[in-house]
Amino acid sequence: MTIKASSLESKATSAQAKSFSLADLIPKLVMAPTIVVTLICMYGYMIWTAVLSMTNSRMLPSYDFVGLSQYERLFNNDRWIVALTNLGIFGGLFIFICLFLGVMLAIFLDQKIRNEGAIRTIYLYPMAISFIVTGTAWKWLLNPTNGLEKMMVDWGFESFTFDWLVNPDKVVYCLVIAAVWQASGFVMALFLAGLRGVDGDLIKAANLDGANIFTTYRRIILPSLKPVFFSAVVILSHIAIKSFDLVAALTNGGPGYSSDLPANFMYAHTFTRSQIGLGSASAMVMLGCVLAILIPYLYSELRGERHD
Amino acid sequence: MTSANTMNSNSSRRQKTPLEHILRVALYICLLGMAAVYLMPFLVMFLTSLKDVEEIRSGTLLSLPGSLNFDAWVKAWGGACTGSSCNGIAPFFINSFQIVIPAVLISTIIGALNGYVISMWKFKGSDIFFGALLIGCFIPFQVILLPMARTLGWLGIANTTTGLVFVHVVYGVAFTTLFFRNFYQGIPSDLIKAARLDGAGFFTIFRRIILPISTPIIVVTIIWQFTQIWNDFLFGVAFSGFDTQPVTVALNNLVNTSFGGKEYNVDMAAAILAALPTLLVYVLAGKYFVRGLTAGAVKG
Repeated sequence: MTIKASSLESKATSAQAKSFSLADLIPKLVMAPTIVVTLICMYGYMIWTAVLSMTNSRMLPSYDFVGLSQYERLFNNDRWIVALTNLGIFGGLFIFICLFLGVMLAIFLDQKIRNEGAIRTIYLYPMAISFIVTGTAWKWLLNPTNGLEKMMVDWGFESFTFDWLVNPDKVVYCLVIAAVWQASGFVMALFLAGLRGVDGDLIKAANLDGANIFTTYRRIILPSLKPVFFSAVVILSHIAIKSFDLVAALTNGGPGYSSDLPANFMYAHTFTRSQIGLGSASAMVMLGCVLAILIPYLYSELRGERHD
Repeated sequence: MTSANTMNSNSSRRQKTPLEHILRVALYICLLGMAAVYLMPFLVMFLTSLKDVEEIRSGTLLSLPGSLNFDAWVKAWGGACTGSSCNGIAPFFINSFQIVIPAVLISTIIGALNGYVISMWKFKGSDIFFGALLIGCFIPFQVILLPMARTLGWLGIANTTTGLVFVHVVYGVAFTTLFFRNFYQGIPSDLIKAARLDGAGFFTIFRRIILPISTPIIVVTIIWQFTQIWNDFLFGVAFSGFDTQPVTVALNNLVNTSFGGKEYNVDMAAAILAALPTLLVYVLAGKYFVRGLTAGAVKG
């Protein structure tokens, strides 16, 4: 990669010396490696995976086409249905709670708070650490024998039980707790930045009209933050769909496969269970989920830009 | 002018009503309570790492350790078992640096050049390509995992540090390009036009005019890439060999390896060690970290 780039660079400099028309080539030559690599390693690989998803590849890629039967198998696969359902529950709750907490904390922090900087730093620090560390930490906090449950019992709440981590019906909520802890501060930062950008005159006008602080927020400030809101939803759903490491560290998919997410399903089938065809099909469904969110977003962004 | 400033400018002149006082107190309680919630897991990790196994069994999450005991830290660093070896996470810590440093530098340099081209040397198709690259920021990497694994095999860099650097550069460039492009978009184009009329070429302008004013965005990009690559697990687990594993993969192996009794204190010490570099960056350069996080999201 480096070698490629630097050789292009020297080629480019000598070209510049020769003639002016060649100088016009330099920007293209500088971009060329990225363009080539992006086309191959993003779009080419995407197509490659799409092709594999229509073959009966098992341990090694093969190119015996079987049409869409891998997708049929996928949606008849209980583990995949569990993973997809989990994504729905996890993603929905994760996005909703993060938004709620993020907006609330941002508004609270926007009230001329003493030591705002320090508090903000505390809210946001989980975003700097790896999901593996987060998972490790919450695995310890949530484990029923020594974790929160034991602490509450020792503090006198004898009947307190908290066994979600080992309960197949509840384990997905553990993922939500850990992920919210990690990402809600980020939503707070997004909205706080948005709040600081709201036009002051608008607020003054509202104040003069006798609107109180709650009305001002509800009617004027929050509606003007719609773009931030959409960005946050896109980023959070993207985090949710890609979530892989959190599951690996916190539950490893267990108990059984009750806390699997699509990313974990894909990894397990492609790399450890020798089901490349099925794994590729699941990857394509994940891509479909991302595009379903991304395309309307980009479309509205572009349209918005044109209106400006 | 911040929204709070404008809003309070009226109210600060008059006396606060008792209701406002109560609300204010409630506000602080709420904010500090949430701060405690965010801090708690880290505090518990730290306390646990200082206890011995017996203290962990008898005490609670928040009970204080009897003495300052750093045995778990020593073991996590140099003696804990991760999969098949028992050398702690130190070797993997070094692996991570060997992956992160070249990957961050290369992707930042390429991103700076790309951003410079896309914002100031537009050519036919450069905007379309930028759009195509942008979508690349969002694709779930599951879609490229297997083809990339095959490619690394063909290139003969499967399971090597070089291979991981390559992967991180390829998929990091979308973000670094975005950062630099957005930053350079704000530079007046007259500046560049004048320089071009004076006969300055592509690289001269970049070196003499663009680079000197790029320090903030370089810092933002380096911090962003450092955090992303250090915290990566997916590429690490898919593309590394045993002796090139990054620290996140090693940590996960350590936590999930259990010979006999579980040593939570060692797990927690190892987790803190693995988080330390990015936490340190965050504490020292939080402002830039936040800017990176919000760069793509809040349009500006």
